[in-house]
Amino acid sequence: MSLDLALSDITRIPGVRGALVVSRDDGLVVADALMEGVDGGAVAALAASLAGRMRGVTAVLGQPEPVLLTLGGTEGMLLLAPGQSGLLLVAVAGSDVNVAELRLSVLAAAGTTF
Amino acid sequence: MRAIERWVEVPLQTFLSESAARVTLLMTSSGQVVAQHGFTRSLDVMSAAALGAGILASTAELSRVMGTRPLDAVVHQGSAVGVYLAGFDTPRGRWLGLVVFGPETSLGLVQMFFARMVGDLGRAAPAEEPPRQVLAEDFEAELNSSLRTLFGR
Repeated sequence: MSLDLALSDITRIPGVRGALVVSRDDGLVVADALMEGVDGGAVAALAASLAGRMRGVTAVLGQPEPVLLTLGGTEGMLLLAPGQSGLLLVAVAGSDVNVAELRLSVLAAAGTTF
Repeated sequence: MRAIERWVEVPLQTFLSESAARVTLLMTSSGQVVAQHGFTRSLDVMSAAALGAGILASTAELSRVMGTRPLDAVVHQGSAVGVYLAGFDTPRGRWLGLVVFGPETSLGLVQMFFARMVGDLGRAAPAEEPPRQVLAEDFEAELNSSLRTLFGR
């Protein structure tokens, strides 16, 4: 599956404000599909940092790396799915999104794309 | 962290704490040092400032030859450390930033917080002072004062 197709599978879900493929080491945007007003560079940098820290936490705990990270806020959420190829799939959604559908879509896109 | 101009301190300190950069140097486009963090020897600062200004001047000329817009930033990514070098406009003219960062942070974070620091510097800059004449007898004293500020000696 191409990166654009993976992103469009996520952004078609109502309530999703954008999706990105991020380089995990650099925290830079590889591909994105974002609504206006979403700062892709900032999301990419912070998401990669968060994923890196969580990888460190699970390593200390002797556990495998998580396949999905969810960061919930008062006005929305961030879902991160680390891949095996040094990439990270990130979804930015409002609080009105169907979380179960978004989780499935992110995991499926990450599994078939990376 | 040491700065010749006090108003630079807060934006730079914020950048340092948020980006986790190891070394940072702010200078004018001619290579005059404005603030630094992480250097211990004045010779290193002067060399880095001159080299950084030279690299950005080279890329500006390269973009002119290619007929493109000037390149604002250069990144050298190594296996142990990376170097981010960028030019930006301030109310005090065009400045350059040189940032050395390690694997404890990322290029994306450095870029993001650098852009925020540029905005903070623009807001923090005081009104332009009227230019004053630099007299030969003042030059050495001012230079020594700047070096003392940057290195605490």
